[in-house]
Amino acid sequence: MMRELYVIGSGLTKIGNLWDKGLRDLAVEAGLAAMEEAGVDSVDAVFVGNMMSGILNAQENLGAYVADYLGLSGVPAFKVEAACASGGAAVVSAAMAIKSGLFDRVLVVGVEKMSDMTATEDVTSALATASEADYELFWGASFVSLNALIMRAYAQRYGLREEDFGWMPILMHKNASDVPYAQLRFPITMESYLSSPKIADPIKLLDSAPMGDGAAAAVLSASERRDGEGVSVALVGFGSATDAMALYTREELVELKGAKLAAKRAMEMAGVTPRDLQVLEVHDAFSVMGYLNLEALGVVEPGKASRLIESGDAERSGSLPVNPEGGLKARGHPVGATGVYQFVEIYRQLAGRAGPAQAGSPELGAAMNVGGTGSNVVVTILRRVS
Amino acid sequence: MWAFNPSIPSIKREMPSRYRLEGFECRDCGFRSLPPRQICPRCGSRNLSRVRLPNRGRVLQHTVVHSAPRGYEFYTPYVLALIELEDGTRLFSQLTDVDPEEVTQGMEVEAVLRKVRVGGHGGPVAYGLKFRPVLKR
Repeated sequence: MMRELYVIGSGLTKIGNLWDKGLRDLAVEAGLAAMEEAGVDSVDAVFVGNMMSGILNAQENLGAYVADYLGLSGVPAFKVEAACASGGAAVVSAAMAIKSGLFDRVLVVGVEKMSDMTATEDVTSALATASEADYELFWGASFVSLNALIMRAYAQRYGLREEDFGWMPILMHKNASDVPYAQLRFPITMESYLSSPKIADPIKLLDSAPMGDGAAAAVLSASERRDGEGVSVALVGFGSATDAMALYTREELVELKGAKLAAKRAMEMAGVTPRDLQVLEVHDAFSVMGYLNLEALGVVEPGKASRLIESGDAERSGSLPVNPEGGLKARGHPVGATGVYQFVEIYRQLAGRAGPAQAGSPELGAAMNVGGTGSNVVVTILRRVS
Repeated sequence: MWAFNPSIPSIKREMPSRYRLEGFECRDCGFRSLPPRQICPRCGSRNLSRVRLPNRGRVLQHTVVHSAPRGYEFYTPYVLALIELEDGTRLFSQLTDVDPEEVTQGMEVEAVLRKVRVGGHGGPVAYGLKFRPVLKR
């Protein structure tokens, strides 16, 4: 008999250049909030999602570090790293640990403190370590330039114009504008998108997620905890998958094989199909990545993702809300925390506690968290139980 | 200050691939790539042989880098390209001896030894095979 898995608490910090908060302050703020919401003061283990603390903060061993500052010293605690999918990988690690029967209640904390490295070029170089050092970075590639190759190939394959990529960031900025913890709380227009400078042709500044600090946390439990209205949220499916590290060794630039595999695994575990999903969080580090995620999830045909966004169906009030809190583009992308933000956002949507971002009353939602240029992907599926 | 720095030992280790285009061919499924591997990533076969890849090919996809990682600023704007060699093998490299604006898809290119990364920032000078347009005769 497989054990059930529930989300019983969540916590988020604001995202941005938070000069007066360090790595430990962020992790503690989110972690404590999640434990308070869950009504618990102890857990069996802590999994920390983080990508770059060694480079950015000269701090590794984050399991012990975060447990210590949370007053939890003694518990087993580890850092989980999977590039930008570190947060999702930490959620999945916690889920596996509970499913195994070893632990009953686990705290997941995703955290990234980026602004301590004040030179943007250094952070760019650190982010690029998600790609293959000897055969991509050696040639002066950055994360942006690799995504630029993908975007150009995608636009050519499906005959897309410049403005087709603008719909994603426009919706993201609109969604984030009333989200209290979001990093970029202002709307943008197609005009501002089109005139935005190119940072690696054809990727524009307004295609790209900002750099920011932030932490998100969730408490996963084998025991259900219903709120005042008798609602609880279960983690019913999760899947992860890998793909070739270097882009040049893949058969296709415009299809995320690992993302498709991860989605398939999560949906099989949950016993659902793409049509059943009612709210989504996708990994729009760049506009084209957001589109490729939607296609990998199977909610739209290849090449049609921009039309889904343009049509309005992906708005909060639409038939399939996508990133109702603004996604990576505008809510923000504190790298190792991002997967946990996505997870918490789906959880709050299903629990009916997403505040101004509430997109109807969905019962089933999925989050897709992507590492590298699609080389490591995690999908989680949550369901409301009432 | 933090930057990607290829170490001197790593430059030495990667020499066969970087300077002679040594890769592998899978004797079972025919897939070719570099660097050499133990196991074919396409079919899982261990029946691989080392091959010297052709030094000519064409540009499949490219992008122009204006804002470079540390150690690479000297060469901006430079062109990063996905290249398909004459035997169908794909690799990633930079284009050289060409105006970035004049790069076209399908452009025929050939390998040429060039400096890739300047020294400083605690890293060595690194060389590699970039690709330049094939001169029309």
